[in-house]
Amino acid sequence: MTKPVNTPVNNLEKIRKSLGRRNRSEHLFRWYGRLAILIGLAAVTVLFTDIVSKGHGAFRISYMQLEVEYDQDLIGVDNLTDPEQLILGNWQAVPKQALRQQFPDVSGRSDKRKLYGLVSNGSGFDLKDRLLANPLLLGTRETVWILADDDIDTYYKSWLDGEPYAARLSDKQVQWISELHDQGKIRLQFNSNLFTRGDSREPEQAGIRGAVMGSLFTLLLTLMLSFPIGVAAAIYLEEFAPKNGWTDFIEVNINNLAAVPSIIFGLLGLAIFINFFHVPRSVPIVGGLVLTLMTLPTIIITSRAAIKSVPPSIREAALGMGASKYQMVLHHVLPLALPGMLTGAIIGMAQALGESAPLLMIGMVAFIVDIPGGFSDPATVLPVQIFLWADSPERAFIEKTSAAIMVLLSFLIVMNTSAVWLRKRLERRW
Amino acid sequence: MNAIDPVMGAKAEVKQNLEVADNQVTVGSCFTDAPKMTMRNVNVFYDDKQAIHNVSVDIAKNEVIAMIGPSGCGKSTFLRSLNRMNDTVESCRVEGEICMDGENLYAPKLDVVELRARVGMVFQKPNPFPKSIYDNVAYGPKIHGLADTRVDLDEIVEDSLRKASLWEEVKERLHQSGTGLSGGQQQRLCIARAIAVSPEVILMDEPCSALDPIATAKIEELIEELSQNFTIAIVTHSMQQAARVSHRTAYFHLGRLIEVNPTEQVFTMPEHELTEAYITGRFG
Repeated sequence: MTKPVNTPVNNLEKIRKSLGRRNRSEHLFRWYGRLAILIGLAAVTVLFTDIVSKGHGAFRISYMQLEVEYDQDLIGVDNLTDPEQLILGNWQAVPKQALRQQFPDVSGRSDKRKLYGLVSNGSGFDLKDRLLANPLLLGTRETVWILADDDIDTYYKSWLDGEPYAARLSDKQVQWISELHDQGKIRLQFNSNLFTRGDSREPEQAGIRGAVMGSLFTLLLTLMLSFPIGVAAAIYLEEFAPKNGWTDFIEVNINNLAAVPSIIFGLLGLAIFINFFHVPRSVPIVGGLVLTLMTLPTIIITSRAAIKSVPPSIREAALGMGASKYQMVLHHVLPLALPGMLTGAIIGMAQALGESAPLLMIGMVAFIVDIPGGFSDPATVLPVQIFLWADSPERAFIEKTSAAIMVLLSFLIVMNTSAVWLRKRLERRW
Repeated sequence: MNAIDPVMGAKAEVKQNLEVADNQVTVGSCFTDAPKMTMRNVNVFYDDKQAIHNVSVDIAKNEVIAMIGPSGCGKSTFLRSLNRMNDTVESCRVEGEICMDGENLYAPKLDVVELRARVGMVFQKPNPFPKSIYDNVAYGPKIHGLADTRVDLDEIVEDSLRKASLWEEVKERLHQSGTGLSGGQQQRLCIARAIAVSPEVILMDEPCSALDPIATAKIEELIEELSQNFTIAIVTHSMQQAARVSHRTAYFHLGRLIEVNPTEQVFTMPEHELTEAYITGRFG
């Protein structure tokens, strides 16, 4: 017989003694958790504040009011239906003449050049579009708001904020702007160009439409390829494949692929799709193929997890009723696993939307002004556009970069929210 | 040390006698004149581990045969090899001959889809599909193409639910979820689903183990009614249940079929000492 160690009285004392220590460590652990969340939230807040404070300015841009004359002799166009005349026409002369009339006492070549620099060098083409939309304007005068040059825009915004940045302007230009401001002939307007135009070397004319369309076509192709392939692979591996060395080998490799740095997929795409299959460079087709390779492992892994979470009793019930394996999968497993699969697909798509590294390798980093209209038009994507703008020297691109980041982030937030919403919606808790 | 607990002592004593010989022969009346299913020398393996040893028995037409025995004795494994549900377990291998109406169920050309339409199954835990009550019952007839028109299908659903004595309770909410029913109703729904394809044999794997006594009583009543039209093999943990619902009882022990006899005889004067030990509660 051994001496009794644990009598009820003994035990109670020991338990009471340990209680304080246990409660303290739990308390401490909770505070660690709260601290971790706090740090995370602070980081996100700093990031968002920085981006928004830098980027919000890009949604408004300076316009100046000028009285223009669509003078046939000045432009060199008398027939608006003649394409050759339209191409050869001296459109920029119209805003230049308007500026000369606004500031009649400016003389000298250098001063005139500075004066002409007040407006965007694309403003002549804006006026041309305006004229083509309303041909009756030819030969008449009208007062219009004309897009200002990016340096003027930067200065005017900083001047309105009370911290004028005039490093790139001459004293005369500053003087002219202040005159225009006093007359109410310069103002900030909503910058629709940002959403309707493609990239440009001139910040005031640059927009994200091209990059958004590029992203859209690329992601569309990625989704069309990776979702069916990924789901089919997941279903086969989970439900039909024999459990042997081969399937283990495949599973390990899929998990490894999910961890491969994305730029490797870019190199793979370059070697296979472009150099071997001769798919053209810089197009959404090759971008979509590369991103498909990249998102496939994610989709396969999440889909398999979703299939695994379908209770085995449902499978047994279906098989017991005499359903074939295919019917069991199609009628019972797939509907129950679909919300999980869709969530995985959307998260994979969000990942693909934010990816730039692999696309650099396949030439989607090119400077492309035209807005892509299909899968085979040269294009760039949003994150690469951000990269390009962040790399540009013009000061006005700083706010544009942040604005593009805001657009990208809002797309990502919308996608992730819709993933949560879809899952809630489709998860039919019977 | 304390004195040995008399009950524990008795159990320990029996345990020494629980080893069964390899050449154990089933005692009692295994075979019938008009068998629906015949099993001869059935062995079931999970990888190298043998779960069922050399079982031979008949199941007569329209009888209810209960399979009882301690946990892990292989009664569920045996039941699941009767409609080849064991096929889904990759490591499982069945040897011997299992025939229904003289046709070998493990013949290579036999299609399990057809087999499972003829041999229905009700599982331990009620497992209705996460669909409406109607769709649950209509699923079998739909996939097997048993109903030509919507009207036929409605009729099959109503008839099956009536046979499962569930119709009165659910006729107002046929299009509501099947998983919203109570446990006992769910199990009756599963029975209705199984009989909707008019199987010849129904296998029940501890159908009442997840149910309360009142729900259990309803299912037992139902089994009795169903035995007029179907052949039923039921695995149960409850000896009382076996005594109440079955015509014959088969006692399994460590993967061997020890005794098969009319239920009344098994529970009043069992032939084998192991059966007696089990039904008198000396182990299990």
